[in-house]
Amino acid sequence: MRNFKKVLSVLLIGGLLVFAFAGCQNKSGKNQSEGQDSTKALSGTVATNGSTSMEKVINSLSEQFMKDNKDVTVTYDPTGSGTGIETVSNGKCDIGLASRNLKDSEKGLKSTTLALDGIAIIVNKDMNVEDLTVEKIADIFTGKIKNWKELGGEDLKISCIGRESGSGTRDGFESVTKTTDKCVLSQELTSTGAVISAVANNKNAIGYASLSTVEGQNGIKAVKVGGVECTEENIKNGTYAVQRPFILVLKEDAKLSEAAQEFVDYITSKDAAELIRSAGAVPVV
Amino acid sequence: MLCGVISVAFVLFISVYLIIAGVPAIQKIGILKFLFGPVWNNSNEQYGILAFILTSIYGTAGAVLLGVPIGIFTAVYLAKKAPPKIYKTVHIAVGVLAGIPSVVYGLIGMIIIVPAIQKAFNLSSGANLLSAILVLTVMILPYIINVSVTALKAVPPEYEEASLALGATKTETFFYVSLKAAKSGVVTSVMQGVGRAVGEAMAVIMVAGNVANMPGLLKSVRFLTTAIVSEMSYAPYGSLQRQALFSIGLVLFLFIMLINGFLYCFVRREKE
Repeated sequence: MRNFKKVLSVLLIGGLLVFAFAGCQNKSGKNQSEGQDSTKALSGTVATNGSTSMEKVINSLSEQFMKDNKDVTVTYDPTGSGTGIETVSNGKCDIGLASRNLKDSEKGLKSTTLALDGIAIIVNKDMNVEDLTVEKIADIFTGKIKNWKELGGEDLKISCIGRESGSGTRDGFESVTKTTDKCVLSQELTSTGAVISAVANNKNAIGYASLSTVEGQNGIKAVKVGGVECTEENIKNGTYAVQRPFILVLKEDAKLSEAAQEFVDYITSKDAAELIRSAGAVPVV
Repeated sequence: MLCGVISVAFVLFISVYLIIAGVPAIQKIGILKFLFGPVWNNSNEQYGILAFILTSIYGTAGAVLLGVPIGIFTAVYLAKKAPPKIYKTVHIAVGVLAGIPSVVYGLIGMIIIVPAIQKAFNLSSGANLLSAILVLTVMILPYIINVSVTALKAVPPEYEEASLALGATKTETFFYVSLKAAKSGVVTSVMQGVGRAVGEAMAVIMVAGNVANMPGLLKSVRFLTTAIVSEMSYAPYGSLQRQALFSIGLVLFLFIMLINGFLYCFVRREKE
């Protein structure tokens, strides 16, 4: 009987987890209805949901927006680009956030580019390789180039570190380097931070991460791509090749609440550009 | 009484929910293709989880192979031979070990074990099955030790005295008499360890590399648990991918049920 209790307690814990998931799904739906109830001048909730790479940008924008409009709450669920797009098309949040362009299969939605994000190609700080081309990067990640000495570096095997499928950064990287589903990875990690620490701890490693998250990190360095450094200026003028858009996704036929509309207008305006820049992305206006 | 009803309701609810959520994808993919398909590739809609199942089995087996001898020897020593001071110290240490959150195990594994294995085997990356096995071994130790010690301490002293009186040495007595008498407790502890190892996700995801390869000791691998964690946040609602992840959950649930069922049968048979 005692063991039966143990079985039960194990199952109970499992049950709590299931409920935790259910809780996540309901939250954004509730927020939205609160937002619609408020028709008076700017109050209510604006629910955003999507790309984890956009966290810094969205958080700094919404912080400022909430400071200016005391009765508005902007929420952000860092779920991932795919989920963000899905959630907005289900009407469960006001604004979807994606760090890639909409796919053809994602219909009934319209998008606005909020900013650009450069994907830095990062290696360990002790690796003496400074410059790669997009083709070389593709060869490394598809396993055609296996050793750093082929690139003028030390005689060390290359360890490619990537993100999980569905990640906006991975999608961005693979679409630019044309390596979709061809990457031979030695590690698949689920966050930018994990990739950076894996590269910092391993001299053999090469990985990719948003420019905004790479700046100021110890133990890693971003390589030039085709001789072009990964900087804001080079991303904006288009010379740095490995870049992707941060987009806002809205439902075509749905009308935004006043607060949500105001929020969209604000973050796509010139006033927000400085905040976007300080959050590490490149504003487009 | 009420609490009992609530617990049972939970079990039923979870079972039913998992089956409802997990079965559609298995039907769509085909049960044989799902369970024995070697390739998991999202963009081609290929959802075979054989690699994950084998990885989970190998990983757990490896951890048990390393952890059980260490755990049982420790338990015998603690329960029978250790002076009270050492017993107390080790007991507290084991308690602490049991209480450390799995993410901390993962972190330590990532910072210490992964680079060590990379150096030891001259690999390009140390995140592989072996690292995961080592981390899991340490994680299941406290379960094995604690329950085994309790079971060994409950062995009636008359058994041991009789064995010693017959001329057996202390070591012989502890292993042939005490351990045998405490068998059901020891098996329970091992099965608990297995359950923990099969179900562990957080620590494993940080050290196993998470590439959907067929398992190999020095290859980057993905477990059943980490397959769910890696893709859940990115799988679109209602997609086959998301449903397939729930199906993996169902398979994992069946694994745990099987382990518990085995344990339950074993303990009941022992009692009879």
